[in-house]
Amino acid sequence: MDAYTPHAAADPVEFYGTQVQSRLLLGTAQYPSPAILAEAIRASAAEIVTVSLRRESGAAKAGQSFWQLIRDLGVKVLPNTAGCKTVKEAVTTAEMARELFDTPWIKLEVIGEDDTLQPDVFGLVEAARLLSRDGFQVFPYTTDDLIVADKLLAAGCEVLMPWGAPIGSGRGLNNPYGLRSMRAHFPRVPLVVDAGVGVPSHAAAAMELGYDAVLLNTAVAKAGDPVKMARAFALAIEAGREGFRADPMEARDMAAPSTPVMGQAHFG
Amino acid sequence: MKIIVNGEAAEIRAATLAELMAELGYADAIVATAVNGAMVRKAKRDATPIAAGDRVEILAPMQGG
Repeated sequence: MDAYTPHAAADPVEFYGTQVQSRLLLGTAQYPSPAILAEAIRASAAEIVTVSLRRESGAAKAGQSFWQLIRDLGVKVLPNTAGCKTVKEAVTTAEMARELFDTPWIKLEVIGEDDTLQPDVFGLVEAARLLSRDGFQVFPYTTDDLIVADKLLAAGCEVLMPWGAPIGSGRGLNNPYGLRSMRAHFPRVPLVVDAGVGVPSHAAAAMELGYDAVLLNTAVAKAGDPVKMARAFALAIEAGREGFRADPMEARDMAAPSTPVMGQAHFG
Repeated sequence: MKIIVNGEAAEIRAATLAELMAELGYADAIVATAVNGAMVRKAKRDATPIAAGDRVEILAPMQGG
């Protein structure tokens, strides 16, 4: 399949001084095969992909071939602290990620609860403060709580990544009002909807709210055709972004004819 | 001596973390290391002694969301 090519004029988004054209950040987990992962990344035209650190197994050394695959694609990596439940775990994982991937970027997850994988926002703010002070550029996986967002910014974060819905749930934007409020409160902070996106229209909706980007993984990896879905998300994100920039009409309760009433024939 | 590597018991001869990495076949691998919960940079592995009962974590790049 052809890779997605942006049709719009240059409209880059910037994270910590790094500009990218693609507003799709793609996860690398759960694909049917490494080849399909690579093809999906190419088809999506994503320039930033998320990665993690896990225990290397003695004989197979699967991590080494995965890392070679990612490097060959020439994309930027955003390592995560997925699965970390304490500030200490998250900070240590971030430190190890910085050495391994040679980047100050870290997608900071401090998970508070297993059923919803909801962020522990108290641990998140503390870890963000420690990591920012240590030179990390933190992308915090958070909720749409405005006060938490304020505290994350005060902790040194220059990007916020509120959830759309619980990780891997595919439920879309559970709280559009909360996300809209967040956009309105922080008009100049890069905002990324991270997690819960299931189908391309969810991503388009996030972009229509004025979000700067969307981060997703399962929706592509677990699609019947991940490569086709990767391209579909790229198209939806561009459509949503263009729709937002085009200043959508206000919704109204009553119908209003779009065809002119003047000059209508009367046959009565 | 007996240590714990990535959560599993291991019998090793190495006296330093660098020697341990070589012994386990990670000499040239792209991995990050921690001993007893604290990260040890690659440059510090030579100078990091390993003692019986130590818990060593060897982490590699992996798929993630």
